[in-house]
Amino acid sequence: MCRRLHLYCLALVLLLPAPLWALEFNMPVGVTDTSQSIFNLHMTIFYICLAIAVVVFGVMLWSIYHHRKSRGHEAAQFHGNILVEVIWTTIPFLILVAIAIPSTITLGDLYDASESDIDIQVTGHQWKWHYKYIGEDVDFFSVLATPREEIENRKKKNPNYLLEVDNPVVVPVHKKIRFLFTSNDVIHAWWVPDLAIKKDAIPGFINESWTRINEPGLYRGQCAELCGKHHAFMPIEVKAVSESEYEAWLADQKAAQKAAMAAADKDWSMDELVKTGAGVYEKNCAACHQADGSGMPPTFPPLDGSSIVQGDKLEHMKVVVNGRVDKGMPAFGKQLTAVDIAAAITYERNSWSNKTGDMVTPAEVQDLMDKQ
Amino acid sequence: MSAHAETLHHGPAKGFSRWILTTNHKDIGTLYLVFSLIMLFIGGTMAFVIRAELFQPGLQLVMPEFFNQMTTMHGLIMIFGAVMPAFVGLANWQVPLMIGAPDMALPRLNNFSFWILPFAFTMLLSTLFMPGGAPNFGWTFYAPLSTTYAPPSVTFFVFAVHMMGISSILGAINVIVTIFNMRAPGMKMMDLPLFVWTWLITAFLLIAVMPVLAAVVTMVLMDVHFGTSFFSAAGGGDPVLFQHVFWFFAHPEVYIMVLPAFGVISEIIPTFARKPLFGYRAMVLATASIAFLSFIVWAHHMFTVGMPLAGELFFMYTTMLIAVPTGVKVFNWISTMFKGSMTFETPMLFAIAFIVLFTIGGLSGLMLAIAPADFQYHDTYFVVAHFHYVLVPGSVFGIIAGVYYWLPKWTGKMYDEKLGQWHFWLSFIGVNLTFFPMHFVGLAGMPRRIPDYALQFADFNMLTSLGAFLFGTTQLLFVYILVKTVRSGKPAEQLPWEGARGLEWSVPTPAPYHTFTTPPELDKE
Ligand code: HEM
Ligand SMILES: [Cu+2]
Repeated sequence: MCRRLHLYCLALVLLLPAPLWALEFNMPVGVTDTSQSIFNLHMTIFYICLAIAVVVFGVMLWSIYHHRKSRGHEAAQFHGNILVEVIWTTIPFLILVAIAIPSTITLGDLYDASESDIDIQVTGHQWKWHYKYIGEDVDFFSVLATPREEIENRKKKNPNYLLEVDNPVVVPVHKKIRFLFTSNDVIHAWWVPDLAIKKDAIPGFINESWTRINEPGLYRGQCAELCGKHHAFMPIEVKAVSESEYEAWLADQKAAQKAAMAAADKDWSMDELVKTGAGVYEKNCAACHQADGSGMPPTFPPLDGSSIVQGDKLEHMKVVVNGRVDKGMPAFGKQLTAVDIAAAITYERNSWSNKTGDMVTPAEVQDLMDKQ
Repeated sequence: MSAHAETLHHGPAKGFSRWILTTNHKDIGTLYLVFSLIMLFIGGTMAFVIRAELFQPGLQLVMPEFFNQMTTMHGLIMIFGAVMPAFVGLANWQVPLMIGAPDMALPRLNNFSFWILPFAFTMLLSTLFMPGGAPNFGWTFYAPLSTTYAPPSVTFFVFAVHMMGISSILGAINVIVTIFNMRAPGMKMMDLPLFVWTWLITAFLLIAVMPVLAAVVTMVLMDVHFGTSFFSAAGGGDPVLFQHVFWFFAHPEVYIMVLPAFGVISEIIPTFARKPLFGYRAMVLATASIAFLSFIVWAHHMFTVGMPLAGELFFMYTTMLIAVPTGVKVFNWISTMFKGSMTFETPMLFAIAFIVLFTIGGLSGLMLAIAPADFQYHDTYFVVAHFHYVLVPGSVFGIIAGVYYWLPKWTGKMYDEKLGQWHFWLSFIGVNLTFFPMHFVGLAGMPRRIPDYALQFADFNMLTSLGAFLFGTTQLLFVYILVKTVRSGKPAEQLPWEGARGLEWSVPTPAPYHTFTTPPELDKE
């Protein structure tokens, strides 16, 4: 019997992908002063709880062992004792006061977002994050970078599975950074454990939070508030770099955004559009309409063989630009550039069994967006 | 004691109509309990789907949209279908028996309160087959996910919740009227058994907050269908308003789900310790203070919505304060056991596990109360661990303990003690294997309500899933034990537990269809 049990336990341990001792049990200490003080609060209250548990369960186990009928213990018939009752009401109260003091101080500190060096507006979208560097003309979306093959178990999962994005939000170390949170649709929550920031992004309202990162590095997080179908698939990556690296990155971004503006005016060839479009489709459309265009009927229609995709160009453009908000498709006119939308549409019209041979130019899309 | 033999005017009606037309508190109690057991298995099946999908990282069995429907329906069914009706079932059986009343005060209303429920839940479950699927916005149905972005079935969800609310309110009114008016002559309020006291307070909580739930679902309905903007900033409303109204209902609701269990445990511990409850007055007072405090802590569920600092502090302090009366309860149970003469039959085992595991849940609750730390805990598996500790080995174990405790009186038969012990130990191991690792993944950063997760959470999730399968299948044993007891249990004695006190044990075994048709004489101690 005992041997069998051992074997079962052994089998159980072998079944696990990693040894138990290599596991993460606790909250990360994080890389900011505030994350450090939150961690300390957490450990203090944890040890207090542990001590209470040891005392309470200790007394209980002791009396379960000694005061059992099978050991011939006779029941005493006492009940009620004012002194004891006053003591066990006051002591917990005093312990609580003792925890409340440091908690209050930490909270006050966390709420002081004044005098920031850099302001970044973070907007939640179903299901990606948008970052806008206020006063810098830099803004971009940040989307899950894990390939669908890994999610669908067709490829081995990489170590950063579900915690990787295409464009991390880049910030300098040692600067006070203020985040302003809002949302474009439902409530999301921006959470990076190493920074100890978790704040709701609420449509129509703005929340704020701040951080000052002490060490360069890549810090990963996830959306914490249920926001619909792909709630599990909108991670966050914060890249903390030295100030000079940050300046260089910012300059690059500005240049790239200028280039993108110019790209809208350049003449695009069909091949270029289809090639760019494949990437845009994979990132923005495939989650619902699937990489092979088969969709997920009845909720998400197939695009392969779709009458809209094979039909009038303008109708197709309108659907993508304005979305089908009632059916769960976002209005991409608000999220993507004209180039991206034109490329994605051209890609859709010339992929799978769709062989329209049509090309939609960025200028046409821009035209439609301007009219609305 | 059994001298006042009951004269049976008439027995139960024959056949199926007995159950439809019955106004007898014992029949209705049985209906509630059976209904809640069925719901436990339906909700449990959904948990099974959830845990199977989370067994390994990656999407294997279900699509994310169906996963969200499972988490939502699991929560709704367990709360409104399993736990709450089970307590009403216990109240129906026990309140009249414990206060020496012949029945509930409003028997026809009683029948109505029960029979609303099967319809409400049939409607709720039917949404699974509707186009767009069942509600998928979590049991907390935060707007605008439950308004602008909701599936069409939200309308049926609203209607079903209204029906459940009516059922609960009527049930609560019945309990209050019964306790106030139908106590045996000479039984004062401070003579009430604790189970009756806790239910009385629970009933007041229900009457206070179920209308708030009705209000919030109605506002959702208005936003969805009638063009209002309670919860939409675009029309001048506020999504956070939803959360304030919802949690003003839902925090007292979590106490509605545990106070009657406190009552059950306060009956069982003295019986098996053969020693009176340590502090009866203190227990009543603690229950009342918990009930009062439960109205002023709701926004501890909303520490991350961006409340002003003063708001955060207020709700942090009040929430911490609730730990004091909760502690008083635990200390009282333990002092009752202290220097007793204990035996460990199945009800006692479940009661002791309740005290230990509920306390663990209370301690993690205290950690969650610390607002700055909650910024890290909120919406992670740490919260999931917390509330499952207070609800499963808390409320559910409390119910199971009560069923084992009173089953001999209800059926006149004794359950199989050996099987009961197996049921306990397997449940105990299963529950801890399921919910303890959730603390770790939560602290390490796993958000709740996700169908797929990062690799570092894999091992604990696998353990959790294995634990859940163990716990789930163990409950089939519970059903087997119940069926076996009813069909072929050994006849139970008049007083099946040596240390039991109270009026319910003075009636014959099994309790006849009509009891206390003449009020009992209270023997003064
Ligand atoms: C000492 C007593 C308790 C304290 C201090 C406490 C504190 C808390 C706090 C602060 C939260 C919010 C955590 C978050 O979302 O970040 C929470 C969540 C919760 N608690 Fe407790 N709690 C206590 C006891 C209980 C009891 C007795 C129950 C039910 C029987 C309960 C059920 C719940 C539930 C269901 C949730 C989560 C609701 C959700 O978000 O879905 N708690 N608790
Ligand atoms: Cu609460």
